[in-house]
Amino acid sequence: MNRVIVYVIVVTIIVLVSVNLLHKTEPLNLSQYKLKQEYATKDKPSVDHTQFEILNQDFKTPQDVTVACLECHNKRHEEVIHSSHWNWERVAYVEGKGISKIGKKNVLNNFCIGANTNEQSCAKCHIGFGMTSNSFDFTNAKNVDCMVCHDNSEEYIKGAAMAGYPDRSVNLSKVAQSVGSPSKINCGSCHFYSGGGNNVKHGDLEEALLACDRNTDVHMAQNGINLSCVDCHTADKHQMKGKLYSVSSTDVNRLNCEDCHSSRPHLDDMLNRHYDKIACQTCHIPTYAKENATKMAWRWSESGKLKDGKPYHEEDSLGNHTYLSIKGEFDWQKNVEPEYKWFNGNAQHYVLGDIVDTIPVQINTLLGSADDIHSKIYPVKVHRGDQIYDPETKLLIQPKLYSPEKGDSAFWVDFNWDLAAEAGMKRMNLPYSGKHEFIETEMYWPVNHMVSPKDQSLACADCHTRDNGRLASLTDFYMPGRDRNNWIDLLGNLLFWGSLVGVSIHGLARLINSFRKNEMEAEEINTDQ
Amino acid sequence: MAKVYIYKSFERFWHWSQAALIFFLALTGFEIHDSFHLFGFEKAVAFHRTASYLLLALIAFSIFWHFTTGEWRQYIPTFSKLQAQIRYYTVGMFKSEPHPTIKSARKKLNPLQAVVYLGFKLVMAPMVILSGLLYMFYKSFDVNDMIIALNIPLEWIAVIHTLGAFLLMAFVIVHVYMTTTGHTLTTNIKAMITGWEELDDEPENGNENSKNTVSEGEVVETKKTKENE
Repeated sequence: MNRVIVYVIVVTIIVLVSVNLLHKTEPLNLSQYKLKQEYATKDKPSVDHTQFEILNQDFKTPQDVTVACLECHNKRHEEVIHSSHWNWERVAYVEGKGISKIGKKNVLNNFCIGANTNEQSCAKCHIGFGMTSNSFDFTNAKNVDCMVCHDNSEEYIKGAAMAGYPDRSVNLSKVAQSVGSPSKINCGSCHFYSGGGNNVKHGDLEEALLACDRNTDVHMAQNGINLSCVDCHTADKHQMKGKLYSVSSTDVNRLNCEDCHSSRPHLDDMLNRHYDKIACQTCHIPTYAKENATKMAWRWSESGKLKDGKPYHEEDSLGNHTYLSIKGEFDWQKNVEPEYKWFNGNAQHYVLGDIVDTIPVQINTLLGSADDIHSKIYPVKVHRGDQIYDPETKLLIQPKLYSPEKGDSAFWVDFNWDLAAEAGMKRMNLPYSGKHEFIETEMYWPVNHMVSPKDQSLACADCHTRDNGRLASLTDFYMPGRDRNNWIDLLGNLLFWGSLVGVSIHGLARLINSFRKNEMEAEEINTDQ
Repeated sequence: MAKVYIYKSFERFWHWSQAALIFFLALTGFEIHDSFHLFGFEKAVAFHRTASYLLLALIAFSIFWHFTTGEWRQYIPTFSKLQAQIRYYTVGMFKSEPHPTIKSARKKLNPLQAVVYLGFKLVMAPMVILSGLLYMFYKSFDVNDMIIALNIPLEWIAVIHTLGAFLLMAFVIVHVYMTTTGHTLTTNIKAMITGWEELDDEPENGNENSKNTVSEGEVVETKKTKENE
């Protein structure tokens, strides 16, 4: 009887313990909660710019506005003219090249190729006025465009192909009186539309972020914490925090998730351990270009076809250009699964004048590997294409694309690659052999935005699976669930199945043996009778 | 023949709970190895860890038990009759030859068992347990938020752990099969469940068996005095 009671007690304890172990209500992630509280209150400006007399004037030129700004903010221009937004380059130590300046001035891309010789048009995204050529005076603070970033009226817009000057329709007084902290559209006017249209380049930065829900981006969602760009991309002394490796090359002044979320943001220790090797973005951005498609490929080799002597375009069902005579053929994709790369925060670039030594040409290279302790796996948009190249000099060509009128060697109006190549390379003081062809290129864009709600983030088995996992292409490390040592598996299987077969044979032999014995005994009994 | 109390209650508890844990760890472990799908990777990992903690605790108790009761001496290998034992399993048992060794509470394991179980305790178990611990704490954080166990390639740890698991599986198969080689097919399993087993009388001191059922300490004592002689 006592024994029964003891058993009942033991079983009850085991049941209670296992219920407690197995049943978990998800506890509140306090650090996350704290962050939400912190960013729930939005700062209101402490100054009303409409009250300033100096701004109540009829500005003749946009430079006049800048001069007015500097009357009060009399040191800010010095900060701005040291920023990469103004200089279009940063000083960096580059392995193999030493200290060099890297930026839009000398780095190419595989979209519109490069800004050089096309400044009149490209300077629409320069925070200055009047950049018409590479002889722009980067020391003249009057040409700093304060309004493009600080206009809060949504009135300001830079003109098309106006070298960075505002559109003629802009009411400068209204803009000057409504300046404030940059909002999403200030940043987005350039960063959403780079490459010639919405979401062309980044894939994770586009106009849908102006008004999206949490499924698109948990940070910028209107039904979420509704952050603006500068809530994270702070700018002490006008030096923006954060980098994009299309033009950046060093692991300094980066903006990281852990700046807010700490290096151990999960309640589950197992997830936190991934921090060492897996960037947050890898799991938390399962797809990008969630709302509008992004360009995945751009083939310049197809450009220049004309219908009746005139350029034309073709569109896909979503209204994206699939062909433009001036630019070539494009592939677009929506809800794209990123590719994954080891990355340590340092990148190399093809700089104008570099000899091409790999095909496809690596427009930029994200450095890192599994055995580098500073490397993590990042999601990357890889943009592939082909572009003009000189097979004799082995240089990528900076073509002259834009000109307001015909006869100026610009490809977009004259459709002559030879003239465009010659004019472009001449301006860059680089040789052009007179021969050109199109060479395949690849460009790597780490994906950082469009973070999904946590229930949509990647689950273990998305990577820890033998076949077709997200990280299937990264083979330079051992991942449980995906990898195995084939010799050990072979040996193990031999052991396992060998043992099974062995005992089966032994058992069978015993069975047969016992039958025989029984028969013999039976025979003996029979003979006895 | 006499009915002898051969497996003590802790021994039985230890044996069966260890068996259950090893089975469960193999199930979850080989799912993590992606040999099959059952619980899903995430749950398999969580279950595998929980079960491994239980196994660690159980093994800690069993080591304590083995040393305090002196039962560890059962695993000292004797090579004198090892060959005879192997011959028995491969040839002898088919010719109805008698068992070359006699089982008793004092000597539960035949020479082959002793050496294989010793291998289990000194090779297989440490292999999976030590590699398992390294696996478990790989890239975990210490008190200073530093990441520990960073420089050992995970592949080495995983390979040793997997090999240990395969060895254990082979052991389990053969072990389970060998339980059917007693007087009847189920004699050995029944003994491990109830603790009692019908044993042949030991030739030299026939009434020893009844003593064994009385107390543990005495058994150890007789063993010791024997060895001293």
